[in-house]
Amino acid sequence: MFNFGEILETLKMIQEENLDIRTITLGVSLLDCVDGSLEKTCENIKRKIKAKGQHLVETAKKLEVKYGIPIVNARVSVTPISLLAGSFDEEGTLKIGYALEEVAEEIGVNFIGGFSALVHKGFTKGDLNVFKTIPRVLSETERVCASINVATTKAGINMDGINYAAKIIKETAELTREKDGLGCAKIVVFANAPEDNPFMAGAFHGIGEAEYVVNVGVSGPGVVKRVVEKMPQADLEELANEVKKTSFKITRVGELIGKEAAKLLDVKFGIVDLSLAPTPAMGDSVAEIIEAMGLEYCGAPGTTAALMMLTDAVKKGGAMASSMVGGLSGAFIPVSEDMGMVRAVEVGALNLEKLEAMTAVCSVGLDMIAIPGDTPETTIAGIIADEISIGVINGKTTAVRIIPVPGKKAGEYVEFGGLLGRTVIMEVSCFGSQKFVLRGGRIPAPIQSLRN
Amino acid sequence: MQEKALITVIGEDRVGIIARIATLLAQADVNILDISQTITGGLFTMIMMVDITNCKIEFEELKKLLKEVGQELKLNIEIQHENIFRAMHRL
Repeated sequence: MFNFGEILETLKMIQEENLDIRTITLGVSLLDCVDGSLEKTCENIKRKIKAKGQHLVETAKKLEVKYGIPIVNARVSVTPISLLAGSFDEEGTLKIGYALEEVAEEIGVNFIGGFSALVHKGFTKGDLNVFKTIPRVLSETERVCASINVATTKAGINMDGINYAAKIIKETAELTREKDGLGCAKIVVFANAPEDNPFMAGAFHGIGEAEYVVNVGVSGPGVVKRVVEKMPQADLEELANEVKKTSFKITRVGELIGKEAAKLLDVKFGIVDLSLAPTPAMGDSVAEIIEAMGLEYCGAPGTTAALMMLTDAVKKGGAMASSMVGGLSGAFIPVSEDMGMVRAVEVGALNLEKLEAMTAVCSVGLDMIAIPGDTPETTIAGIIADEISIGVINGKTTAVRIIPVPGKKAGEYVEFGGLLGRTVIMEVSCFGSQKFVLRGGRIPAPIQSLRN
Repeated sequence: MQEKALITVIGEDRVGIIARIATLLAQADVNILDISQTITGGLFTMIMMVDITNCKIEFEELKKLLKEVGQELKLNIEIQHENIFRAMHRL
């Protein structure tokens, strides 16, 4: 039997501190779906996703009831479409995008990720097809998410890819103008993209993965915040230790749900992603954890150190709890999805440059950042290049999800709704990057041995 | 294999809480394995370990019925499969 303390702790974590399973993501390989005919290919894709995917939502529901823990999202990730799109033209690639939307709607998932291209070293015909169609797919569908990997530590940085990505982001913003550029919330530009990430919009099913796989993303910033708040006198070592213990518990729940979901769907269990993923709900904020550690606002000097400690403690606790960890793992710092972050931007404690520094120690990067709609394409390319460089030289994943909101200026507000939240539009440096980024080509891979 | 769940009841103390819940469980063929309760500062807290192996209604239905009893008695009643506690608190 469990004691009162343990049981009440679990209940409290779920009911008051927003502990939940953020997502169960079913990964599906589409490599065997390509056929000479486009219609047949689309049919194959839909059939294959449906085969396991049609039970995904009910499985999540079942586990939610059984364990009394909310499972917020059920989603699907697929093989990067650029690997299939080479057999078709632009129009065909577009149709594949529509097919993904159709099947996602049919099985009731809110997002399907994998309208992706991997161009860290160069472009294939399939990559170009995906690039050309991303703005239309993101504006004409609701559920399809796109990602582009433009760099890896081993290949270096494809600046042409970054320039193209910046162009796509501007086009997507324009095509979804009436929704404040919402389409851009569904595209992520990566360095060192993980192949087993369950979190949207960057999820795709990597080519090293099994036919079908279930990955789970846990959340729980609220739980960690409570732990930190309860220890105002503790030194940083003690604090890190408590965060570690909490992360252990959270991860164990993730593993339990993930393994059981995989069993019910009769597919392989992949990984638990140990990320703390905030939501716009009060208290469910990574910024508030940092503030609870003793910083006046997230963004104040010391923030990077606090975030580093948090990310590392989360990983340490999680790595002990489950042998199958992966994805992005750490702490997400999206701006619009985290009320604490938004508040820090409002008071001027947090700007783009500080966020960039923080991404050297967090799990992803510049995430859900709204910028003025008239920001030049080359400036966006510069922002992406900076962020991607941090990932490449440090051998970690970094990413950019940025939204140039058409017709709006810095300081104005934008509302994306639901989990995507609302935020104030951030100031962007007015100094140009044009000549640098338009040189194009590839920034060579960094040397691994002379690290400093 | 025996399947167990934990029922937690939190709220203001009153006469008949255990009787009401036990009756419901008996009707559903759910066997009570262990009960422990405390009252601290007027707050009634009870934890019940039950065997749901032979439960003749769906788990979801059982949960709903318990919730209804909770509403009636102004208590917060939850039922969760034992595994979540095992995962979180036992190595």
